[in-house]
Amino acid sequence: MKVLVPIKRVIDYNVKARVKADNSDVDLANVKMAMNPFCEIAVEEAIRLKEAGTASEVIAVSIGDKACQEQLRTALALGADKAIHIETDAKLESLHVAKLLAKLVEQESPELVILGKQSIDSDNNQTGQMLAALTKRPQGTFASKVEIADGKAVVTREVDGGLQTVALNLPAVVTTDLRLNEPRYASLPNIMKAKRKPLDVIAADTLGVDLAPRVELVRVAEPAKREAGIVVESVEELVNKLKTEAKVIS
Amino acid sequence: MSVLVIAEHENGVLKPETAKVVHAASKLGAEIHVLVAGHNVGSVAEAAAQIAGVTAVKLADDGALDHQLAESTADLVITLAEGYSHVLAAASTTGKNIMPRVAALLDKSQISEIVDVVDADTFMRPIYAGNAIATVKSLEAQKVITVRASAFDAAGEQAPVAVESLTTSVENTSSSFVGVEQTESERPELTAAPVVISGGRGMQNGENFSLLEGIADKLGAAIGASRAAVDAGFVPNDMQVGQTGKIVAPDLYIAVGISGAIQHLAGMKDSKVIVAINKDPEAPIFQVADYGLVADLFEVLPQFEQAL
Repeated sequence: MKVLVPIKRVIDYNVKARVKADNSDVDLANVKMAMNPFCEIAVEEAIRLKEAGTASEVIAVSIGDKACQEQLRTALALGADKAIHIETDAKLESLHVAKLLAKLVEQESPELVILGKQSIDSDNNQTGQMLAALTKRPQGTFASKVEIADGKAVVTREVDGGLQTVALNLPAVVTTDLRLNEPRYASLPNIMKAKRKPLDVIAADTLGVDLAPRVELVRVAEPAKREAGIVVESVEELVNKLKTEAKVIS
Repeated sequence: MSVLVIAEHENGVLKPETAKVVHAASKLGAEIHVLVAGHNVGSVAEAAAQIAGVTAVKLADDGALDHQLAESTADLVITLAEGYSHVLAAASTTGKNIMPRVAALLDKSQISEIVDVVDADTFMRPIYAGNAIATVKSLEAQKVITVRASAFDAAGEQAPVAVESLTTSVENTSSSFVGVEQTESERPELTAAPVVISGGRGMQNGENFSLLEGIADKLGAAIGASRAAVDAGFVPNDMQVGQTGKIVAPDLYIAVGISGAIQHLAGMKDSKVIVAINKDPEAPIFQVADYGLVADLFEVLPQFEQAL
């Protein structure tokens, strides 16, 4: 079984994003970048499927400018067999990404595509679902457990109120929640080996997808600042303030 | 021009998110229709018909729509979408699952988790874990949108409008429901509770969360948790408040033994009043707390319960 894992280069999750002074966007100049945490989990799951003998080949793909090859090398160092870079400098929306990935699914015919449930920059939580729709595949979103057997993927999903399990006929699309697994670290020998693994580059505009924007970013602003609070000395003072000053308890 | 709102429901009960999405929809200045899709959901449709501002309720009651699986529900929604300028749903796990599938089938770019409506084309939404607010204008003729329910008040009530039963012919041959494990709780639902008390890594283990229960009972509060507490296995993951869990905006949020990482703040920093109890005076949670108490939670939680 071939597994395709789309990954995204994003701001490191520990970094607090700063808004540009002209309010045009978030300032990413000289900011530490990394693989999106949910994508790391997707890579890990694919590699575990390979180690279990379920998957035969793991292909990592990333879409963006040349810098995202760094994250593809990370995926290769973690155990992916080959990488594909769909190169574009365009600002893409989830629908564009899903359409480009759908083209790749057509070419590579993976039986399983595993994506992160959302990227921590745009926080859209759309691409996996859109890819499933465009490739007419069932979807197992927010997965905390994936079992492959008898031509099906049995996926436990984290839903409001608990867990839901669905069975998907393969080929299928799965998006990862945080509790699916604990991603490994790449060892130095594997990082060295990854440099020799194949990384194909495809120009996005050769795939025949219209990448014209459909959503215009008008303005990006800092969120409203909260007024600085006070430190109370005791539980009595706290309860008193909540009753008489904040009036949130009676 | 009219707007279609997909109702949020579970176990035959309409969930409060729906009235909040209807309120968001009312800002678009158009007629509001609500779609209730599911199996044995007649009572949900009757409840939806009583939300102020709703002009029509469409009921699609079909075994293939049971558990609102994305494959069949999205197929149903796209057969109805024509004629609607906007299709809206709550940014719950159900809405997040279905709506991007709907958007892609309609060939539309979706706008996720709006927190405000500027005009019929322009919306505000948080990005980067809530560290920035983007104003975005959709260039699509038809908008597919999910709504952060905690950012909108619930619409009121009205005399019920008529419920129209739809004849549906959706089927789902690619996925099936296997089972569900619901977390039982007598307490109010996290996203709708007026008071939330959450524990973090500082709680040290799952048993210690019982220290929050007496306080929660006295305040009518829901109990939440930080990702650290969930990842450590203290409590189930549906209690998680944060960028990757639930987004809450109660009147009072009490953070106990929570440092206040970016991802947690993204889920609660729009609460009206924030209280932090932490023994580390440098914890970032104190920068957003209205009232901070620097103390050992094991000492002060029993005192807090008594004082209420």
